[in-house]
Amino acid sequence: MPAPTNALDIWLAEQTDKSLLRFLTCGSVDDGKSTLIGRLLYDSQLILDDQLASLKKESHNRTVGDEGIDFSLLVDGLAAEREQGITIDVAYRFFSTDKRKFIVADTPGHEQYTRNMATGASNADLALLLVDARKGLLTQTRRHSFILSLVGVKHVVLVVNKIDLVGYDQAVFDKIEADYREFARDLGFQTLAAVPVSALRGDNILSKSERTPWFAGEPLVPHLETIEVAQDKADQPFRFSVQWVNRPNLDFRGFSGTVAAGTVKIGDDVLVAASRKPAKIADIVTMDGSLASAAAGQAVTLVLDREIDVSRGDVLSHPGTTPEFSNQFQAKLVWMNDEPAYQGRSYLLKIGAQTVPATITDIKFRTNVNTLEHVAANKLELNEVGTVTIATDRAIAFDAYADNPLTGGFILIDRLSNATLSAGTIEFGLRRAQNLTYQAFDVNRGVRGTMKGQEPQIVWFTGLSGSGKSTIANLLEKRLTAEGRHCYILDGDNVRHGLNKDLGFTEAARVENIRRVAEVAKLMADAGLIVLVSFISPFEKERQLAREIAGDIRFTEVFVSTPLEVAEARDPKGLYAKARRGEIKNFTGIDSPFEAPRSPDLTLDAGSEEPIVLADRLHDWLKI
Amino acid sequence: MTHSRLTHLQSLEAESIEILREVAASFERPVMMYSIGKDSSVLLHLARKAFYPSKIPFPLLHVDTTFKFKEMIAFREQTAKEYGFDLIRHTNQEGVRDGINPFDHGSSRYTDIMKTVALRQALNAGKYDAAIGGARRDEEKSRAKERVFSHRNANHAWDPKNQRPELWRTFNTRLNPGESMRVFPISNWTELDVWTYIYAEQIPIVPLYFAKPRPVVERSGTLIMVDDERLPLEPGERPRMETVRFRTLGCYPLTGAIRSDAADLPSIIMEMQASRTSEREGRLIDSDSVGSMEKKKQEGYF
Repeated sequence: MPAPTNALDIWLAEQTDKSLLRFLTCGSVDDGKSTLIGRLLYDSQLILDDQLASLKKESHNRTVGDEGIDFSLLVDGLAAEREQGITIDVAYRFFSTDKRKFIVADTPGHEQYTRNMATGASNADLALLLVDARKGLLTQTRRHSFILSLVGVKHVVLVVNKIDLVGYDQAVFDKIEADYREFARDLGFQTLAAVPVSALRGDNILSKSERTPWFAGEPLVPHLETIEVAQDKADQPFRFSVQWVNRPNLDFRGFSGTVAAGTVKIGDDVLVAASRKPAKIADIVTMDGSLASAAAGQAVTLVLDREIDVSRGDVLSHPGTTPEFSNQFQAKLVWMNDEPAYQGRSYLLKIGAQTVPATITDIKFRTNVNTLEHVAANKLELNEVGTVTIATDRAIAFDAYADNPLTGGFILIDRLSNATLSAGTIEFGLRRAQNLTYQAFDVNRGVRGTMKGQEPQIVWFTGLSGSGKSTIANLLEKRLTAEGRHCYILDGDNVRHGLNKDLGFTEAARVENIRRVAEVAKLMADAGLIVLVSFISPFEKERQLAREIAGDIRFTEVFVSTPLEVAEARDPKGLYAKARRGEIKNFTGIDSPFEAPRSPDLTLDAGSEEPIVLADRLHDWLKI
Repeated sequence: MTHSRLTHLQSLEAESIEILREVAASFERPVMMYSIGKDSSVLLHLARKAFYPSKIPFPLLHVDTTFKFKEMIAFREQTAKEYGFDLIRHTNQEGVRDGINPFDHGSSRYTDIMKTVALRQALNAGKYDAAIGGARRDEEKSRAKERVFSHRNANHAWDPKNQRPELWRTFNTRLNPGESMRVFPISNWTELDVWTYIYAEQIPIVPLYFAKPRPVVERSGTLIMVDDERLPLEPGERPRMETVRFRTLGCYPLTGAIRSDAADLPSIIMEMQASRTSEREGRLIDSDSVGSMEKKKQEGYF
C-alpha cells in the first residue's frame, strides 16, 4: 500500500531538490576500482535481489567482505559486454543517496585509453583516485593526476584502499597522504581529501570505521554528499555564449544559450565580445516565465534592449569583465587520433558555439605524463600531451581554462574526416595578438602562409628539355597537396601560351620570359603559395635574376641533371628531332648552350634515377 | 547566493535544452523521434522549453508499426493538435503489403521490418542529418557507453569501437555527406528522474501508464493486453479483466503489462522505488538474444 499522499509529496520534493554530483573513478586496475564501485552501488541499494543471490553463489572461494560478496563481480558482471570491444570506453553509472544524485564516469585505467579518461573527466566535478595501501603511489597514480589537473578537475579524493590488508596502520596511510600532497601541490586541485578505506569490508565508506579510530576526516560517501563543487561558478565573471538566435516573429529576437559562468540580471549592461557593441538585458525568457536573473548552468533566452548584430558564437559579458578576444593563444593539447599533430597543420577549432579554422603554429614541448618532464617534440602522437601555440583564422572570445572550462576548453576537428582529433585547454592569449586590431592588422605573406599552414616559397627547376623537370615537379606537387599544402606549378606550357605568348626565342625575349615568370612566382608566393617553377632557364644570369626578384622569399634552385643523349632519346614532344632537322632555331642543347648551375641548392640525377625517388628526395630535402 | 545551486533536475533539464539547441543550430535537417512514451513526452516538453517562444524548429517523427496501442495513437494526435508541432507519421508500406505481423513472422523479423527498416526509410526519405531520440544511459548496457552525439555512417550503423571523444559540452556536430547523427538529450537521466520530472512539470502522458482494469491474456508469465481483434487467441484462451499498467510502451503484442494498483504519478513512483526489477523487462524484443540491443543498434535501430 502506498504511503499517505502528503508523505509522498515530501519524499518527491526531496527527490526533485537533490543536487547532482558528477565524478569519475580512476587509478590502477588492481587498486580496487571495481570493488569500490560495486560497494557504492550495493550500499545505495541498487542491486536487485536476484542479482545478489547469484553474486553470493559466485563469490564462493573468493575474497569476500562481511556480506559474503565479492563486489568486483558486480561491476565485471555489469560490464559483460567486454567481448564487444567497447570496454575501452567510459561507462556511466547512476546511484543516489538521500542527499544527492551521482553520475559516475567509470573510466578505463590503461595508458592507451588516456583519451577515454579525458572524455570522462571533462564533465566531472570530482575524481576518486584509488591507491592500494600496500603499494602506495604508482606511475599510474601520477599519470591520472596529471590528466585530472589538465582537464581541470578541481576536487580530488585520494582513496587509500585495502587499508585492512596493512592492518589499519595509520603510519601507512599518513605516508601515502603526505607523499601525494607533495606530488599534487602544483596540480591546482581546490580540495584534496584522503580517506583510508576497505571497499571490500566497507570501512569508511558510509560511516566512520571503528577500525580506524585515528582517522579524523570524513568517510567517503558523506564527503561526496556534502562537498560543494558548483556554487563558485555563479560568482565568476558573467559569460554567455549565444547558441541559437530565437526569432519566432518580427517582434521577438532573443538569444538562446546557457550561462557558462556568473550571473546576469534584467537591466545589466552587457557587451558583445567580438563587436564590442553594448546593450542592456531587457528580459530573461523561459517557458516558465521571465526570470529576474540567471546564473551559471541555466539555459535561458536573453532579450536585449536594442537591435545590435548578434549571432551564434557571440559571447556576452559584463563590460568591465570581458573575455580575451584574440587570434593567438597558448594551449595544452591531449592528442586523441592515430594521425599525429604537426606544426603548421590546419584544423577546425570549436570552442563554445564558435567554430573557426586554426593552425598549430608551434609545438613548444611534450609533457611526459608519467614524470611531468618537458620533452622536445615536433609532433604529438595518440594520447600524448603537448603545449602548443595556436593561431585561428579570425579572433575568438575565450578565457583561460583554469578560470572557466566552458569558455577555455576547445576541440580540434579534422577538416576532411570530421573526426575529433584533440581536446585543448587554453593557458593564455598571446600578447602579440592582443595588441592587434582589425584596423592595424597587417595582412602579409607571413599571415597568409600561416593561414595555409606553410612557408610560402619558390622551387626553381632548371634542366634540359626532356630532363624530367615537369615530371618531378608534378610528383612533388601531388605529394605536397596530399599533405594539405597549397602549391602551383608554373611551366612553359601554361606560361608560354598565355602570359608570354608575345615572346619569341631571342636573347632579349628569353630574359623577359624569365623575368615575367619570376615576378609571377613572387606574387604567388606572396599570396601564400608554394610555387614550383619548371623552366629550362639555361643561363646562369637568368637564374640569378629570378633569385633576386624573389627577394626574401625562400628560393631553392634544383638542377635536374640529365645527359643530353638521354633527354634527346626521350624527346617526349619531338622537339629534339625538329631541332636536328633545323625546324626549330636556338634550341637548348642543340644550337644553343645550357649553362649547368655552378652551385645549385640540389642536383637530381634524372638520367639514372626514377622521378618518384627524386621527388621524394627533394621533398625530404625541402622539409616543407 | 540565493540562486547559486541548481537541483539535479534543473541541471539535467538545462543540459538537455542545451543539447537540443545545439542540434537546431548545427544541422540542416534535424528530426525528433517521437515514440509517444514517457521519455518522448519528456523530450517533447524539453524541446518546447528549449525554443520557446519559437515553435519547435524541426518535425517529430513517429514510426507507426500499425500495432501500437490505440490509446497511444489517440494521445499522439491529441498532443500534436494541442502543441501544433509538425508530425510525420511513417509506416513501412511494403511491410503492410506483405502483411508483416509479430504473430506469423516472429518478434525479431517483425521489429526489423516494421521498426528498423521503417525508421531507415523515413530517415532516408526526409534526408535527415540528425535524429533526436529519448534513450538513456541507465536503460541498457550498450547505451551506458554511447555518446550524446552518436555518429552514424551512411548506412545508419553505429561503430562502438570508433566513437568520437566527447569533451565537456563541446559537441562535434560535423558530418560527411550521407552520414548522420543520433542525438540523445536525456542520456544522463535515470528512470526515476524521468518520473519525478513528469510529476514536477505535470507533463501529460499516455493513460496506459496508469493502472486500470484492462483485458489481458497471460503467456509464459507475461501479461499481454488484447488491444484489438488481431491478437490470435490460443485454443481455450480467453481474455480476462485485470487491473494492470505498463512501465514501457511499444507494440501491444510485444509489451508486457504489470499487475498494479498505481493509478496516479506518486503511486507509480513509489511502486517503482519499491520494485526490484529493471525497466526493460516488459519489452519482449530485448530478451530475444544476448546482446540483442547492441546488435540492433549496429543495424540502425534506435
